Amino acid sequence: MFKKAFEKLKAGLSKTRKNFLGKLGDLIRGHTTIDDDLMEEIEELLISADVGVHATMTIIDRLQNRIKIDKIKDPSLVEGLLKAEIAALMGEGSYELDLSAVKPYVIMVVGVNGVGKTTTIGKIAARLKQEGKHVILAAGDTFRAAAIDQLEIWADRAGAQIVRSQPEADPAAVAFDAVDAALARNADVVLIDTAGRLHTKVNLMKELEKIKRVVQKRLPAAPHEILLVLDATTGQNAIQQAKLFNQVVDISGLVLTKLDGTAKGGIVIAIKDELNIPVKLIGVGEQVEDIQDFDPHDFVEALFA
Amino acid sequence: MFEDLSNKLESVFKQLRGQGKLTEKNIKDGLRDVRRALLESDVNYKVAKDFIKRVEERAVGEEVLRSLKPGEYVVRYVHEELINLLGGKFQDIQVAPQPPTIVMVCGLQGSGKTTLCGKFARYFRKKGKHPFLIAGDIYRPAAIHQLQVIGKQLDIPVFSIEGEKDAVTICRKGLAEAKRLGHDFVIIDTAGRLQIDEAMMAEVERIKHEIQPTEIVFVADAMIGQEAVNVAKAFHDRLAFDSVALTKMDGDARGGAALSIRAVTGKPIKYIGVGEKMDALEPFNPEGMASRILGMGDVLALIDKVQSEVDLEKAKKMEEKILKQTFTLEDFLEQLQEIRKLGPLDQLLKMVPGADKMMKGASMDERELSRVEAIIRSMTPQERRHPRIIKGSRRKRIAKGSGTTVREVNRLLEDFRQMQKMMKKMGAMQRKGKALGKMMNMKIR
Ligand SMILES: Nc1nc2c(ncn2[C@@H]2O[C@H](COP(=O)(O)OP(=O)(O)OP(=O)(O)O)[C@@H](O)[C@H]2O)c(=O)[nH]1
Ligand SMILES: [Mg+2]
Repeated sequence: MFKKAFEKLKAGLSKTRKNFLGKLGDLIRGHTTIDDDLMEEIEELLISADVGVHATMTIIDRLQNRIKIDKIKDPSLVEGLLKAEIAALMGEGSYELDLSAVKPYVIMVVGVNGVGKTTTIGKIAARLKQEGKHVILAAGDTFRAAAIDQLEIWADRAGAQIVRSQPEADPAAVAFDAVDAALARNADVVLIDTAGRLHTKVNLMKELEKIKRVVQKRLPAAPHEILLVLDATTGQNAIQQAKLFNQVVDISGLVLTKLDGTAKGGIVIAIKDELNIPVKLIGVGEQVEDIQDFDPHDFVEALFA
Repeated sequence: MFEDLSNKLESVFKQLRGQGKLTEKNIKDGLRDVRRALLESDVNYKVAKDFIKRVEERAVGEEVLRSLKPGEYVVRYVHEELINLLGGKFQDIQVAPQPPTIVMVCGLQGSGKTTLCGKFARYFRKKGKHPFLIAGDIYRPAAIHQLQVIGKQLDIPVFSIEGEKDAVTICRKGLAEAKRLGHDFVIIDTAGRLQIDEAMMAEVERIKHEIQPTEIVFVADAMIGQEAVNVAKAFHDRLAFDSVALTKMDGDARGGAALSIRAVTGKPIKYIGVGEKMDALEPFNPEGMASRILGMGDVLALIDKVQSEVDLEKAKKMEEKILKQTFTLEDFLEQLQEIRKLGPLDQLLKMVPGADKMMKGASMDERELSRVEAIIRSMTPQERRHPRIIKGSRRKRIAKGSGTTVREVNRLLEDFRQMQKMMKKMGAMQRKGKALGKMMNMKIR
């Protein structure tokens, strides 16, 4: 969906790239042989990027396997191998959202508090609007103070329509109304904002389930996409988040936000490895244009920048 | 695979404890697991490494070999070191000698600053202060409105200037207004910012210079990973903040970042956020946290709480009933009311080692409790005492009477059966916990 953004992605990611080869290159240049020391330093690099102990071990095991099988002696080859392993783990191919098949295409956005759900919706809406789509936002966060106004400001920025209710109203009803409006107005896309919730709060998670169920009453195949937003600064807890949200509503993809900071978001590797949920979009800032398609190779480059 | 650090260390230490004599090798093995557990809890790689090194040096030293139970010695030492690293005793926000006290809150986007400001306002009003909020986030859409809504909810004034493009001006004028109105506790909400955003960091620095806050609080999300170190360090280099608040502690994040932030900045964690509601704020308790990390739970705190709020006579009777398994739904209702006096249930359960895990199946949440209460209230005394007689038509009647559904009634009856089982375990655990608490207390202090 966001092909045009491809160039910007590279520009965006290279902003944080300190030099051409990055940390991994520097690290490898410091070694003349492939030994335990080198592996330990690679381990440190991966763990420091929030990849997590388990996924780090998996990656290093695979790397060592390759080195053994291919009888590799030259440390300068390690960088390429390592990057290839991780990119393969993240999955090749395109994760673009395919909006052409159905109308309205319903996207529900979920996640814990403060990760960037509302902002992401604003950005997606703006991009789709630019592509000439008719977009409706559903103000499904009826809980947090001023959340509806926040979405309204984004709707204005994006030039999208918004379906809203009073604070504390039933979010499922708002979502239902938005889908209903989309059908009546022949809109292309509905984006449903939801309140931030910790994955451990059973009742709040049930509420998400209900939103989904109620939307399906109006449009059985919806939501066509349920995106879980993860903050790149999040550590190992992101795995729990992915697991529990996935249990409740079947996550179709991740949005990794705040990659404009220094956080690498390595936890998505562990999530892909363990739960096979792909990253679809990344957030690289607070402005309307700061959203991009996920590209595994660029991600890996940035991981070691 | 990813259990709590507590559970993880618990099992590691059980192993260490079990070994009558420690060799250098099994200390190293044990500590490798500790290191892994720390990393899985998001303790920074280097911080974890240093920590393990220190423990190891001490553990393989002479003292250990001379001590009667080396395993326990190591456990105790790890615990002590964690408390040290977390900063010893609780320290409160500083009060300005000349009012008003000015608290400035800063941190990354989405860390929970605005909510924390509201919580501080409410908390310090309870302590006799007259709080005043200043809305300094002019960037995020509706951020000012968010603080206004919170202020209205709490009935605490919020200062903002419509359309003002300079946060420093807002803060300066807000402070003047607070002084004019005689408020002695000013809380400034600032916009979230990345530590590498030069313009934004310069802005918050200017606010600091203009306002001269009594205390700058750095807010970090308990879920933050390895980045905690870079972020905290950058904010500290720039602002020399005075303390840290950890938010979203009501989740299941293991909060290893607490160790990291403390290690790189040396500044104490003072408060923790434990929920979205305005009363969900607690003083940080280093010893409790260290114990919690080590899987001993905050048993002491729980005992304190129980003793101060629960009718002990009643509690004793209950315990007997639980043990004898003559516990009925009527008792359950009574118990529920006692428990609710103690505070949010999920918080309470966190203090009991293992309880969190045990409760995972059973949904325990405040709103749910109200429904449960309603259901039980719609039963006849006989039904409460003998839930087994509650069949189809009775279930329907109860559902109707309590404004719930038959499904919910069914679930409650099922949960009650589960609960009976669990309470039996909890009773046993609490007794064990008490003993353990005493033991730890004796040996450490
Ligand atoms: N730097 C940066 N900030 C972001 C990004 N995405 C969102 N933010 C900021 O993060 C903060 C929280 O974003 P929101 O969109 O309100 O997050 P949310 O998940 O909707 O939050 P709740 O509804 O309160 O749970 C805001 O200050 C956003 O501007 C990003 O990609 N980069
Ligand atoms: Mg939101």
